[in-house]
Amino acid sequence: MYKIIEKRMVVPNIHSMKISAPAVAKKCLPGQFVIVMVDERGERIPLSIADWNREEGLITIVFMEVGSSTRKLAKLKEGDELFALAGPLGSPSEISRWGTVLCIGGCYGIGTIYPISRALKEEGNKVITLLEARSSFLLYWQDKLKLVSDELLLLTRDGTVGLKGHVTTAIKEIIEREKIDRVMVNGCTFLLMVASETTRPFGIKTVVSLNPIMIDGTGMCGVCRVSIAGKTKFACVDGPDFDGHEVDWETLLMRRSAYLKEELESLRFLQCEEIF
Amino acid sequence: MEEKNRAELDRIKLAAQEDWRKELKKKIPTKERMKIERIKMPEREPEERNQDFFEVNLGLSEEQAMEEARRCLDCPNPQCVLGCPVLIDIPSFIKLIEIGKFREAAKKIKETNSLPAVCGRVCPQELQCEAQCTVFKATGVSVAIGNLERFASDWERKSGLVEIPSIPPPTGKKVAVIGAGPAGLTLAGEMVKMGHQVTIFEALHYPGGVLVYGIPEFRLPKAIVYEEVDYLKRMGVEIITNFIVGKTATIDDLRKDGYDAFFIGSGAGLPMFMEVEGENLNGVYSANEYLTRINLMRGYDFPRYDTPVPRAKRVAVIGGGNVAMDCVRSAKRLGADWACIIYRRSKKEMPARIEEIKHAEEEGIEFIFLTAPVRLIGDEKGWVKEIECIKMELGEPDSSGRRRPIPVKGSEFRISVDLVVNAIGQRPNPLIPLTTQGLEIGKWGEIKVDWKTMATSLPGVYAGGDIVRGGATVILAMGDARVAARAMNDYLMNQS
Ligand SMILES: Cc1cc2nc3c(=O)[nH]c(=O)nc-3n(C[C@H](O)[C@H](O)[C@H](O)COP(=O)(O)OP(=O)(O)OC[C@H]3O[C@@H](n4cnc5c(N)ncnc54)[C@H](O)[C@@H]3O)c2cc1C
Ligand SMILES: Cc1cc2nc3c(=O)[nH]c(=O)nc-3n(C[C@H](O)[C@H](O)[C@H](O)COP(=O)(O)OP(=O)(O)OC[C@H]3O[C@@H](n4cnc5c(N)ncnc54)[C@H](O)[C@@H]3O)c2cc1C
Ligand code: SF4
Ligand code: SF4
Ligand code: FES
Repeated sequence: MYKIIEKRMVVPNIHSMKISAPAVAKKCLPGQFVIVMVDERGERIPLSIADWNREEGLITIVFMEVGSSTRKLAKLKEGDELFALAGPLGSPSEISRWGTVLCIGGCYGIGTIYPISRALKEEGNKVITLLEARSSFLLYWQDKLKLVSDELLLLTRDGTVGLKGHVTTAIKEIIEREKIDRVMVNGCTFLLMVASETTRPFGIKTVVSLNPIMIDGTGMCGVCRVSIAGKTKFACVDGPDFDGHEVDWETLLMRRSAYLKEELESLRFLQCEEIF
Repeated sequence: MEEKNRAELDRIKLAAQEDWRKELKKKIPTKERMKIERIKMPEREPEERNQDFFEVNLGLSEEQAMEEARRCLDCPNPQCVLGCPVLIDIPSFIKLIEIGKFREAAKKIKETNSLPAVCGRVCPQELQCEAQCTVFKATGVSVAIGNLERFASDWERKSGLVEIPSIPPPTGKKVAVIGAGPAGLTLAGEMVKMGHQVTIFEALHYPGGVLVYGIPEFRLPKAIVYEEVDYLKRMGVEIITNFIVGKTATIDDLRKDGYDAFFIGSGAGLPMFMEVEGENLNGVYSANEYLTRINLMRGYDFPRYDTPVPRAKRVAVIGGGNVAMDCVRSAKRLGADWACIIYRRSKKEMPARIEEIKHAEEEGIEFIFLTAPVRLIGDEKGWVKEIECIKMELGEPDSSGRRRPIPVKGSEFRISVDLVVNAIGQRPNPLIPLTTQGLEIGKWGEIKVDWKTMATSLPGVYAGGDIVRGGATVILAMGDARVAARAMNDYLMNQS
């Protein structure tokens, strides 16, 4: 079960994996995620489904190594099996014919925005995909994304490829250049927040895929609760997509960092285990 | 009384007429039996046990069990049986213990209860079987039915003599069970025993439901649950974990895959929050999250296990049921200097099992009664640091018959805390209702059933346990499953 069929390091610290999960592959839709447990002692961590092949029963995940769980995951090899994988979870992204849609992806979100751009394109939208990274060597999947976008824009902070500078300026330039009907953002919380704040004055609906801490991913524990327009929602069932203009970012960032101390301890423990 | 129940009771009464039972009864006069004192369940010292997660109760020895069994009068009309939702033949199994036939006693219990080691530990006996016991009515101290049940099944398990019942030839019918909690496991056991092919779909990575994610190790060792699950597997039940019905596949999908009947036992897994200010602060948990981190994810063994659980110094748990007791006693075990229960009514109204309250008190838990939280106050980093409460007084009885708590104006006060757990209740899990067309739902989100058969509004779909009752008990969930199993079998066998 849940055998790793293919594993790649797409850029330093970010990996993609094709995993055998026929039931999930059969059902999943853009914007959904799986909960993964690397081994019996592992955490249950949520990872978005970045691609799938229903016939072969495979799903693809793209993940960034940040703490012990993602690090343990990165250590697995082709042919290894995951202890647990459950999904597809979350409500799928709302896909409709909006007109012109700007899809923004950063870090792991470059991978996870892919099925969203693809679905929007298939629905008949004009899709502009904007990929953001610190430097050119941190960009990936450009070829894949080019095929499902009417326009693929690259943005690097150091200007080694594509536009140079910050995502705020890039978004503004695009919005001023042409009419954008909707914005979809995938990636780290900071990117989601900055993008939402940039589009807010323009009144363009901006949908972000939130990534709070989760455990079960089925609405049972409530750890993933986020405050949306003043109401408490469970990101795993009500989301993970929400209107970025309604998210209480402060609470989200605060709740995300609840286990900083323990995460460091866990990492140190993992390092000890690796050495001894 | 229902037809079936009466038949079962008649059978139980008949068993009491066997010669050995009559002989045994004569051996000790009733008066003498009533004089025997109830054997106290051996347990670990409070100061020792509140430091770890090993089981608190140690179980009766063979001698103790036989002695306790002598207290049972083998009543001609045993009322205790009527107090048990699955109608265990209580006098028969107790008398078998009295004569040292422990294995037979265990088998007797298993005729109607497939999870005896669990029920012996967690049933609210004082409200069920033991409340109806004649000895209780006469002396105020019931026969320790639960402790004896636990003894017999533990004995059988330790002896390694657990027998797999013979399974009739396959009927060719396929049953899908949703959720591997007590309800789902029981239904699965009943249906394989009737020759049907059964698959359980469980959302989490281990089967057991609340028994593995909610009730802590110190009350119910997980090894016991896994052995019970293993027993079902050996009978031929297939269990597919990591499968969320409604997401991975819907009931309609499964029907297309050839399942003929369904049982929904998906539990009451939706945590309720108090809806007071500050509830999203760090350090504020739902009981489900707190207990899942500890039990299912083994957070108490962090960092050997990857899931962290906070080790706080001052802990407040809101609520007065078993869930609240489990949270507060866990907090103590995780190193809290001070841990308290905040409950809005008085001790008398607490819904927790008496034993849990007693154990909590012994372990140094403080109880703050007639008090309700009004808001949670955080520090500058977003961590809870204080809880503001208000005093309550009891007014007129409400619909549940308990006196309604009313806030006392101007009685607000604050308690300093670094962790708060919300154990005020759960609602039925909405996932199945939301993804199953045509399923009738009640106003609390519960699945509506015909209580005689546990049939839902959809043909061939049955439900039981917390998804139809809201938060209830293990044994009620199992009782539902037994009713559903009979009806489901009739349904399947009448199908062409
Ligand atoms: C619905 C959902 C979908 C997600 N999809 C993906 C995905 O497709 N790919 C992916 O890589 N991650 C994804 N995440 C985030 C992912 O779940 C976390 O990165 C993972 O749980 C981290 O586990 P860990 O033990 O390795 O790190 P931890 O030890 O838990 O964290 C280590 C440190 O990194 C920080 N951190 C954790 N995650 C991130 C992040 N994403 N960005 C910035 N800082 C972070 C933490 O706050 C902490 O300080 C998703 C999250 C959600 C809720
Ligand atoms: C902390 C705590 C302590 C308790 N203490 C006691 C006690 O001492 N005595 C007592 O009698 N009762 C106690 N109870 C109550 C008792 O545990 C429940 O009444 C009982 O477990 C209900 O059984 P169930 O089978 O209906 O549901 P659950 O035990 O909740 O099991 C439901 C199962 O279904 C799974 N599931 C849910 N949705 C899906 C889906 N869509 N697809 C697949 N699987 C799904 C869940 O993951 C879970 O495993 C306690 C409850 C809690 C939470
Ligand atoms: S199952 Fe529960 S109610 Fe029934 S006899 Fe055992 S302890 Fe009593
Ligand atoms: S009511 Fe009490 S004394 Fe009578 S048979 Fe039941 S357990 Fe024994
Ligand atoms: S992850 Fe537990 S409720 Fe969302």
